[in-house]
Amino acid sequence: MDLRSPLATVRGLGSAKTGTTHWWMQRVSAVALVPLTLWLITFLDMSLNAPFADTLTWLTTPFNTVCIVAWIIVAFYHAALGLQVVIEDYIAAEGIKIIAVWAVNLSFLFLGLAALLAVFRTLTIG
Amino acid sequence: MNTFWNTTMASNSSRPTSPHLQAYRLPLTGIISITHRMTGVMLSGGLLFFVYIISALAGGADSYAAMQDLLGFWLFRLVYWGFVYALFFHLCHGVRHLIWDTGKTFDRKTLDRYAMIELGCSLVLTLMTLIFV
Repeated sequence: MDLRSPLATVRGLGSAKTGTTHWWMQRVSAVALVPLTLWLITFLDMSLNAPFADTLTWLTTPFNTVCIVAWIIVAFYHAALGLQVVIEDYIAAEGIKIIAVWAVNLSFLFLGLAALLAVFRTLTIG
Repeated sequence: MNTFWNTTMASNSSRPTSPHLQAYRLPLTGIISITHRMTGVMLSGGLLFFVYIISALAGGADSYAAMQDLLGFWLFRLVYWGFVYALFFHLCHGVRHLIWDTGKTFDRKTLDRYAMIELGCSLVLTLMTLIFV
């Protein structure tokens, strides 16, 4: 006798797998990125044009540090989520698809960590 | 299903065909939609530049100067402004996706109007960045 409810036996078996989580998180991260874009633009513009000391002072100001760290976490997550959808849409072979999604997720995790480490390193030179 | 397909669908050649990408001119909303996806992929690639820039800053004054020197090259400047425009385009169309998620603005007239608005907004935001930042 199966004591599990009918719902429990079918959860996760549909084509959507875990359902709306991926779609929902894409939206949540998108909303978060709208205001944080201002910090990205400011940082990029300073990095390309301003003297070293100015950019360093700007980035190591606590509020700016928090916003850039938040941007890094959310943006790299948002990129990985988006690229996963693109891969799932255009790669039909199940094996290559899974490997590509893993590769994208791990790459952006790694890149995000590298960016975060760089931010923490700037705090020690300032 | 097979019997249905053979007898009903295949024999009826006058049924409407689906819009094929090589024969069908995409409407403005369609062009913007695929551009949203393409800019998303390109912006993801652009994150590599961000990692490089912030790592150069963390490396100290020398690596920072080398980074500014390299990215000061006109080709990289062009890429940078392309990145900024792609970013604002993706942001504006992303906001429209959020509006769509509420189930509103799907009628044809509004679709076209919002398409023009978001193209204008992304252009204005890029110009504002060029002037004020």
